[in-house]
Amino acid sequence: MTSDIAAILAIDGIATGAVYALVAIGTVLIFTVTRVIFIPFGDIAAFTALTLAALDAKRFPGTGALVVALACLATLVEIISLVRNGDIRLLPRALLFYLAIPLAVVGIAWLVMRMDPPLAVRLVLALMLITPIAPLLDRIVFRPIADGTVLLLLTVSVALHFALVGLGLLFFGPEGVRTEPLTSFSTEFAGVLISGQTMLIVLAALVFSGLLYLFFDFTLVGKSLRATAVNRTGSRLMGIRPARAGTIAYLLGSLMAGVSGILIAPVNTVFYDSGFLIGLKAFVGAIVGGMTSYPGAAIGAVGVGILESFASFQSSALKDVIVFSLLIPILLWRSLASLHSEEEIEE
Amino acid sequence: MSEMFSMTDVTVCYDNVEAVRNVSLSVDEGQIVTVIGPNGAGKTTLLMAAIGLLGSRGRMAFRGSDLGKMSVEDRVERRLCLVPEKRELFSDMSVADNLLLGSYSLRDRSGVQKTLDEVYDRFPRLKERQRQAAGTLSGGERQMLALGRALMARPALLMLDEPSLGLAPLIVREIFRTIASLRDLGVSILLVEQNARAALETADYGYVLETGEIVQSGPAKDLIHDPRLITAYLGGH
Repeated sequence: MTSDIAAILAIDGIATGAVYALVAIGTVLIFTVTRVIFIPFGDIAAFTALTLAALDAKRFPGTGALVVALACLATLVEIISLVRNGDIRLLPRALLFYLAIPLAVVGIAWLVMRMDPPLAVRLVLALMLITPIAPLLDRIVFRPIADGTVLLLLTVSVALHFALVGLGLLFFGPEGVRTEPLTSFSTEFAGVLISGQTMLIVLAALVFSGLLYLFFDFTLVGKSLRATAVNRTGSRLMGIRPARAGTIAYLLGSLMAGVSGILIAPVNTVFYDSGFLIGLKAFVGAIVGGMTSYPGAAIGAVGVGILESFASFQSSALKDVIVFSLLIPILLWRSLASLHSEEEIEE
Repeated sequence: MSEMFSMTDVTVCYDNVEAVRNVSLSVDEGQIVTVIGPNGAGKTTLLMAAIGLLGSRGRMAFRGSDLGKMSVEDRVERRLCLVPEKRELFSDMSVADNLLLGSYSLRDRSGVQKTLDEVYDRFPRLKERQRQAAGTLSGGERQMLALGRALMARPALLMLDEPSLGLAPLIVREIFRTIASLRDLGVSILLVEQNARAALETADYGYVLETGEIVQSGPAKDLIHDPRLITAYLGGH
């Protein structure tokens, strides 16, 4: 391998890793706030790419019907829960958040789409349509078992992923899509050609990570999410509602996954079931950060991207084997490290 | 003085074991009420039920409204605050952020900075360490932070669970001086303590909880001279 090829592979790896980093950060965000390892995040990314492709083809995406179906189901679940707890006074609020707002989002997207909007507006529409999915799934699936063990939540999360893949086939069909590049710009740096799309991916990952950092450090809502992650009982005693914190975390995580879906769509052909590998590779990155550290997850995800890039050059057929084999030493190292700290605490 | 908070025949169970049985107590506006008793009597359980972290049978009311099935967060919004025995601080976050989060439940944010200044005036050590992570504070400083964080919510009823636990005598005196001074702010206090003497010296009224039941109650100045309590909790004489 020459240094030129190594440089090209490294740049390609960093771009792929930046996409994984966005999903990994979302995964850590959801896990720390709700204890759910949200496997379907990759599906959310893939669905965003499919939504954008449908909008590009001037078709109303299946996401609209999916959001409407989930909104109706979530509203039903919420109403049953309110009736059981005798909290009927909260009904208008439930109808607003679980039914009216998601339906309004779909309605706005449908109306705007008919006006043949430019690419920038289509991107916003795709993100608008995708962001309600995870919070609605949270209300339907995870909220009733919020006090369950992490293992139970993970098992349900895996099941939810398979359900979403089925729904993906139903709402988007079996065809793969590749959207038009967001920019045709390219430049040469130290003899290596770097595409504008690659630069955009890395820039978007940096900007969104930076915005998330500012949100956590400088807003009360951001701090309340961190507090919920650090100490759930303590945060409840401050009046921070775990369910509301969870909804905000799902919204933000979906936005991150959605952006990664938009960025990856012009580079890779995306199918209804492409999300699993994206989510799993981001998950490997998040594990490197111990599922709690945002910089750790981002660095881990970029590492996964670079490893994947070099692995596909050496042996394309074995690239996933190489990437996922990385999990074994990391988990061993993590388990040894945590054993060590427990001993320290006991002392 | 009008009644602010009351518990009537409250029973709290862990699985099928009754940790607290048919407890009735009340706190008047501006009053400091203490619940004393030995380790394992159910004092912490009582406060956990009062804030809603544990389910209970019986009736609980705050300023006339039934707390019933009300969630912890709804109780906090009504300005009931608990400083738990474990403090439950946000250890990775700074002292300033911990205090700011104390005011999370306040809808009117206009007075937050003023309250923060008041907390810093009351606990100058917290101001010195405002950028430091809460997890790096000493035991006494953590208790000050827990108290300060609760004060940020401008509580109407402040429930304190063993505020003197694990602290040096000098710090305990400082904490109890602070608790007594809160009465002047109009804050009502329900204080649960093993340090019976310090609690009764600070409180207006006291209850004695033993094996989950109230066995004695009365004005604190009377309880402190009660021969049985002197023998059992106040170190003889």
